[in-house]
Amino acid sequence: MGAGHAHKLYRHGHSPVHGLPPHTKLAAVFCFVIVVVSTPREAMWAFALYAVLLAAVAYAARVPAGFLLKRLLIEIPFVAFAVLMPFVAQGERVDVLGMSLSVNGLWGAWNVLAKGTLGVAASVLLASTTELRELLLGLQRLRLPPLLVQIASFMIRYGDVITDEMRRMKIARESRGFEASGVKHWGVLAKSAGALFIRSYERGERVHLAMVSRGYAGSMPVIDDVSASRAQWSYALTLPCAALVVCLLGWLL
Amino acid sequence: MHVPDGFINAPVSAAAGVVAAGAVAVSLRGARRELDERTAPLAGLVAAFIFAVQMLNFPVAAGTSGHLLGGALAAILVGPYTGVLCVSVVLLMQGVLFADGGLTALGVNITDMAITTTVVAYLVFRGLVKVLPRGRRSVTVASFVAALLSVPAAAVVFTLIYAIGGTTDVSIGKVATAMVGVHVLIGIGEAVITALTVGAVVAVRPDLVYGARGLHRPLKLRVAGELVDAPDTAPAPVAARGSHRKVWITGLVTSLVLAGFVSFYASANPDGLEKVAQDKGIDSKTEKHASDGSPLAGYGVKDVGDARLSGGLAGVIGVGVTVVAGSGIFWVLRRRRTADTSPSQITETV
Repeated sequence: MGAGHAHKLYRHGHSPVHGLPPHTKLAAVFCFVIVVVSTPREAMWAFALYAVLLAAVAYAARVPAGFLLKRLLIEIPFVAFAVLMPFVAQGERVDVLGMSLSVNGLWGAWNVLAKGTLGVAASVLLASTTELRELLLGLQRLRLPPLLVQIASFMIRYGDVITDEMRRMKIARESRGFEASGVKHWGVLAKSAGALFIRSYERGERVHLAMVSRGYAGSMPVIDDVSASRAQWSYALTLPCAALVVCLLGWLL
Repeated sequence: MHVPDGFINAPVSAAAGVVAAGAVAVSLRGARRELDERTAPLAGLVAAFIFAVQMLNFPVAAGTSGHLLGGALAAILVGPYTGVLCVSVVLLMQGVLFADGGLTALGVNITDMAITTTVVAYLVFRGLVKVLPRGRRSVTVASFVAALLSVPAAAVVFTLIYAIGGTTDVSIGKVATAMVGVHVLIGIGEAVITALTVGAVVAVRPDLVYGARGLHRPLKLRVAGELVDAPDTAPAPVAARGSHRKVWITGLVTSLVLAGFVSFYASANPDGLEKVAQDKGIDSKTEKHASDGSPLAGYGVKDVGDARLSGGLAGVIGVGVTVVAGSGIFWVLRRRRTADTSPSQITETV
């Protein structure tokens, strides 16, 4: 527990983006995504400008492009869905390369692809420049109910522990010659899941007792309260404001 | 099934966000009542468990594999309130940390995957446990059915949200068939795994299974060589009834809010969309778009006031009818059960 608790997506650094207070970054990303979602899909150039904005942020945060692109792979399932859209959507049809595609479906696919990708890229940038603990502090500063933040912090803190426990159970199964290959092995796997639940729950009880014995009475002590100056706020909100200008242009033009 | 940004339009995402926030607030209070100050560590650890168990791969055949979604499992193991909280927190963290599911679609995702699965699974589960004979096997059967129904229910809710605020006009029939069809298949897998997992937990620590709390055998004492019922059997049914009523009221309120609010929005929103489309340009493109006869396009233009009212009313009436029918069945069952148990109680009190 003494080692750093950075999650795998976090990229350590000292850029101006890393240094911003977490709640300003959260607010900025959230506003940015809202603006992106409410942009009309016909304004293709607007999405290109958004991508340029995000690239500027990535440059300022010194996040390499390869890292960002690799993280974007998470949305592949929905890309597959978007590719299907032009084939199943209704309305006016157009012939592309000998295939009859729906115009509305093409617009829809473009809409989901563009907005989804920008949203994922913004989230990835947030996660790669903000430490977990900071992120939770930021959520708390943004007036998320403290209990919810506590639950989230316990989940994050013990997520790795529970995942490791699951991995150890897997190693234990395999060292006894078990190999899951089909439906007939679900019983064994489900029993592992049940055992994992019991272990997690009992660990929760132990953690609670340990907390109570150290004086816990329902709320966590706030040791380091983050606050943001006006300059930091305005620096963080540059991104959504620039995006808002683009969005308004998109609606007007 | 994580919905990305841009898949559902902004107003509907916001409405789903409001629904999700309300449900999370209700579950926060409920969970605090259930777990008092143990809420944070226990719910946190259960959320971590859900997070981990979603990574546990269940091989199906020929290299394909599925994994658990966990809503039904959470509802049965730790109760509906804590279950909603755990799955919501998992979704929140997946959205913020892993970019899995869009930030603006968080409300949609929570409404769909946390609230619907958990609430549906728990209601079905409690209903079946009440109907079926007491015992471990009926817990397993009930969790099977609960999980089986919870996944297509989530697909139905997703289709509903999509019908209101989807950004492409794929016909609703197609979306519904595809979503429900696929998710019935997923639901079968989910049901088998959930039932097996709940069975495994019930076998070892039945006291940990929230849904099976009322099922423990009465304590027997061995007095002078023979088994005698311990005297404290009276408080248990009262507690069970209290929690039952709580669940009933919460379910009623949630479904009324969902039905009334969402279907009100259902008819209000395409109107907005249509209006925007008309404002944007009365040029050829928009007109074609409006007249292409898709069900989305035809939703709200004709008579908005009527549609709104009738939509909301239909939702509320539907919920009302369901609730009356459901509680009628429960009432009959409970009467039968109390009629069954009353002789023993009389002998005890006498």
